[in-house]
Amino acid sequence: MIRTEALCKYFQRNHQEIKAVDGLDVQVREGEVFGFLGPNGAGKTTTVRLLSCLIGPTKGRAWVNNLEVGKEDQKIRAQTGILTESPGLYDRLSAQRNLEIYAELYGVADVHGQVEKYLRFLELWEQRDAEAGTFSKGMKQKLAIARALLHEPPVLFLDEPTSALDPEAAKTVRDFIESLKGQGRTIFLCTHNLDEAERLCDRIAVFKQRLIAVDTPEALRRQLFGRQTVVHLAQLNEQMVATVRGLPFVKHVEVLPGESGAGKLVIGLSDPAAQNPAIVQALVGQGAQIQFVNELRHSLEDVYLSLIHENRA
Amino acid sequence: MKQIRTIVSKEWADVRRNKMVLYVTILVPLLLTAIPVVMLYILGRVPASQSDYEEMGRMLENPIFAGMTPVEAIQSVMASSYLVLFLMMPLLVPVTIAAYSIVGEKVSRSLEPLLATPITTTQLLLGKGLAAALPGIVMAWFSYGVFLIFARFFSVSDRVFQVFVNPMWLVAMFVLAPLLTVLAVNFGIIVSSRVNDPRAAEQLGALLILPLMVLFLGPLTGFITLNSTTFLLSAAVVALLDVVVVYLGVKLFQRETILTRWK
Repeated sequence: MIRTEALCKYFQRNHQEIKAVDGLDVQVREGEVFGFLGPNGAGKTTTVRLLSCLIGPTKGRAWVNNLEVGKEDQKIRAQTGILTESPGLYDRLSAQRNLEIYAELYGVADVHGQVEKYLRFLELWEQRDAEAGTFSKGMKQKLAIARALLHEPPVLFLDEPTSALDPEAAKTVRDFIESLKGQGRTIFLCTHNLDEAERLCDRIAVFKQRLIAVDTPEALRRQLFGRQTVVHLAQLNEQMVATVRGLPFVKHVEVLPGESGAGKLVIGLSDPAAQNPAIVQALVGQGAQIQFVNELRHSLEDVYLSLIHENRA
Repeated sequence: MKQIRTIVSKEWADVRRNKMVLYVTILVPLLLTAIPVVMLYILGRVPASQSDYEEMGRMLENPIFAGMTPVEAIQSVMASSYLVLFLMMPLLVPVTIAAYSIVGEKVSRSLEPLLATPITTTQLLLGKGLAAALPGIVMAWFSYGVFLIFARFFSVSDRVFQVFVNPMWLVAMFVLAPLLTVLAVNFGIIVSSRVNDPRAAEQLGALLILPLMVLFLGPLTGFITLNSTTFLLSAAVVALLDVVVVYLGVKLFQRETILTRWK
C-alpha cells in the first residue's frame, strides 16, 4: 500500500545540507496501522509530507496505493487523507462549512451526506453551525479528522493526532482511530505517544533520519530483550542461582536481591511456556519457596529508548 | 473550475466574517468615491475667479479642458485629478484581501491541509487571486458608476460631464484598473511569503499606492498631463510589472516552498 525505496529528502539551510530523511526503505501493508516513531526533528513530518505529495523527494522513490510519488501526485492526494500536526481549520467558518469546503475540493459526490455522516460519527452534529474557532482542542482535532476522512481515502496519514490534547480529548481521538482499524484503511500514524502506538499499531517503525527498526512491538521486544521469566523467591541463595544457571536452555540469569533474604531471578529463555516448569522443578528441588512466576514484559518505551540510544552510539 | 469556485466562496465567506477586511473593502471605496463627489459639488457652487483659473496654470493646457469657462475648467480639472482615487481601490482592496487570505491561512496553519487536497497550484492561486481581485475591480467600477450618477447632477455643464466619460477615464477604469489589481494580488502573494502578520502584509501592500501618486501630483505640478496616452503608457508599464510579479508570485507559491520556506 505504501512503499519507499531509498527515499531521501535534503534541505539547504545556510548553505548547509540537512538530511531530513536519508534512505528510507519501508513497506506498509494494506489495512494496517503503522506507527512511525522518532524523536523531535527525526524527519517524521517530512516523511508524511513526502508521502502525501506535499513536497518532492531529493532522491529515491515512493508509492502510495500503487501510485508513484512525484509522478501521480494529484491522484495520490485524492486517495489520501491527512491530519496535520495542527488542525488548521477556518476558525471563522462553521464546522459544517469547514467540511463542505474540503468535500468540494476532494470532489465528493454527496457533499452534504458525507459531511453529515462524519459530523454525526464524531458527535459534532449538534455543533455544526458553531464557528470552528470556538471549539475546544479536542473538538477541533475531531473536526480535522473528519476532514481527512470525508472522501473515504484508503490511506490515512495522522501526524501526532493526540499531541497537545488533554487526557480526555486524547482518549476520544484514540478511541476513534481504534474504530477506524476495522474499516480496512491503511493508517500511517506519527506519534510520540508510545502507549498510543502500542495500543493502536500493528507494526511500528523507529526512525531518526534513517529507519532504525521496523516490526510488531512484540517482535521488537523479543529482538532486543529476548524472552525473560521472573521468579520471585521467599529465600534466595547462591545454590539456587547456580542450579538455574546450570540448566542447558537458560541463556542468562540476573539476580535481584530483595529484603530479608528474598529475591528475584530474571531468566533469559527461548520458550518460557515449555521451559518454565523445568525451572520451577529445579528450584523446588533446591528447597526454594516460589511466590510468583511471570514473564518480564518490557514496555515499548524500553524498546524505543534502547533503539534510539543504540543508534546514537 | 469547481475547485476555483470553492476557494473563491471560502475566501469571501471568510472576508464577510473578518470585520477588518470587510471595513476596508466597503469603507475605503465609499470614502474614495465621496471625496471627488463632494469636491465636484463644492466646486460647482463656489464662484471661480480669474485668479483661481490662472493658478491652475499648465493643467489647463490639457486639450480636454480647452474652451471651458473658469468654473467648468476648475470642476473638470480638480475632479479629474481625483481620478487617481478610483485607481487606488483595485490596489487597496485586493492587497488587503490577499494579505489576510494568504498570510492569515499561513498563520492559522490551514495551508497544509489545503495543499494536501487534489487542487492544483494553479487552481489555488487562481481561486485566491480571483477572490482578492474581483471585489477590488467591482468596487472600483461600482464607485465609478456612483460617481458618474452624481457627476450627472453636480456637473455645471454637459461639457464637464463629458470629461468623466472620455477615453482617458475609460482607459484608466477598464484597462489600467484591472492591471493594477493583478499587480496588487501578486504583490500580496510575494509579501505573504516573507511576512507572518496580515497587518504587516497589508501595510507593505499599501506601498503600491506610492507610484500612483505620480499620477496625482504630476498634473498638479505640471510634470505630466493627464490624457489617454498617459494612462495607456501607465497601463503598459503596469502590464510589464504584472508579468514580473506574476512570475515571482507563481514561483513563490509552490507547495514545497510554502511548507518549507514560508516562515
